[in-house]
Amino acid sequence: MEKKKTSLFSKILLGLTAVFFYVPILYIILFSFNSSRSLTKFEGFSLRWYEKMFADSTMMEAVAYTVIIAVLATIISTVVGTLTAIGLSKSRKLMRAVVEQVNNLPIMNPEIVTAIGLLMFFSALGVKKGFLTLLLAHVMFCIPYVILSVTPKLRSLDPNLADAALDLGATPMQALWKVIVPQIMPGIISGALIAFTMSFDDFVISYFVTGNGVNNISILVYTMSKRVNPSINALSTLVILLITVVLLIVNVIPIIKEKKGRKVT
Amino acid sequence: MRQFRNMAMPYIVWMVVMIVLPMLLIMLYAFTDQGNDVATIRFTLENFTRFFSDKVFMSVLKRSLYIAVVTTVICIFLGYPIAYVIANRSEKSKMFWILLITLPTWINMLVRTYAWMGILQDEGIINWLLGFLGIGPITMIHTTFAVVLGMVYNFVPFMILQIYTALTKMDKSFLEAASDLGANKVQSFLRVTLPLSLPGVISGITLVFLPAVSSFFIPKLLGGGQYVLIGNVIETEFLTSGDWNFGSAISLAMAVIIMISMYITKKVDNDPTANGKGE
Repeated sequence: MEKKKTSLFSKILLGLTAVFFYVPILYIILFSFNSSRSLTKFEGFSLRWYEKMFADSTMMEAVAYTVIIAVLATIISTVVGTLTAIGLSKSRKLMRAVVEQVNNLPIMNPEIVTAIGLLMFFSALGVKKGFLTLLLAHVMFCIPYVILSVTPKLRSLDPNLADAALDLGATPMQALWKVIVPQIMPGIISGALIAFTMSFDDFVISYFVTGNGVNNISILVYTMSKRVNPSINALSTLVILLITVVLLIVNVIPIIKEKKGRKVT
Repeated sequence: MRQFRNMAMPYIVWMVVMIVLPMLLIMLYAFTDQGNDVATIRFTLENFTRFFSDKVFMSVLKRSLYIAVVTTVICIFLGYPIAYVIANRSEKSKMFWILLITLPTWINMLVRTYAWMGILQDEGIINWLLGFLGIGPITMIHTTFAVVLGMVYNFVPFMILQIYTALTKMDKSFLEAASDLGANKVQSFLRVTLPLSLPGVISGITLVFLPAVSSFFIPKLLGGGQYVLIGNVIETEFLTSGDWNFGSAISLAMAVIIMISMYITKKVDNDPTANGKGE
């Protein structure tokens, strides 16, 4: 009896949890197809807000900037973060500890503090706010996450592997590329994924460091949400779709690869 | 192997420039007065005294801390049972539910917060449902309730995931030992499970409290323009009034308050069983 009661309780709790998390997301998707302006009454299916969104050049520009910045920031931060993590794993303990502490600062600090720091820094240098500052800022807050996700993989790596490769005549580049990198690939991939979504979704830091009409999706949603504008729903649905596709690809590719690998052997 | 060491050097330089220098700039601005010229710089505590002696700012600070504490407490009492229930399910079911809870966190916070703007309207879906029960309509948008709800919605996954990790890492043989020694379910929960999962709760608190104190778009979107928290004050100082010295002082004060709260939280949790956290 007692067991059944608890399982009923847990089912209800989990059901409510799912409702709580997903109703807002479904709500936005539903209302992006609403034929009226209302955010509260669904009056019929229509694609007019999508048409409006695709015709709106500021919205399309924001989408383009968001994707371009996210892709660039991901590539740069994944390469730099991975190389740094490998370098640190061979460095002296004290150096490693200091770097790890400083590296954690952007993660531990409230985002708004990081944001104003960068804002004042760029202005002190006289750099014009815009694409470049946005990209630099994104690289800045993405690298720590890449390092954090690669480092544990390096720790569990046999330190003799690279030595063995070098002894067998591999150049350091070959040892790095053919021995170390493949072993830590899962960490690199998850680091890249975190970097991509962090950059793609970022609002606070982007909002402070950008300017001159360079906006990303989050900034646009923030500035437009002051007035009722159902195109935001369409834009949001696009964002949800994009992130879901990225997550699916990242989760599905390893499964397909594994299956293919099995077929070959 | 030493040849690889140098690979960390570029980032160390970058880190000093992009992480350390901006932090130093905040401190410099916080302790100086207007005049961005290095030649005319003058150190002062004026920014801080102005902040801490102003009644309006103090009430904003109090409200921010109050909202953050309420959000954190709700996240604990909501997150713990959810994490506990998931941790006690079969392996497959665990994976499914953790994925289900993680997924929304990958989606833009602003978009998810914006969704609540429609739901909480006077003629929104909640009031429509309440109407069937003969209640309402209740005004929810632009209230403290809406702000706390938005924060809980955005931050509770962090709490759930932290507690869940702590619970699954727990050695199940402790529970068997407890029941062998005659403890009933409630006792073994209170004496074994709860203390062993506290480190998860503590790191969950950090992950919820910190963004809750400093958030500025959740109060703006769900609390309305009149609903001001400390993050909104910082936003205004930097982007509207342009008083960077004062804004820096507020940010620094906020960061210090957060650090002190974190320190106290960790001190309160001086249970010896809580030391297994570093794994």
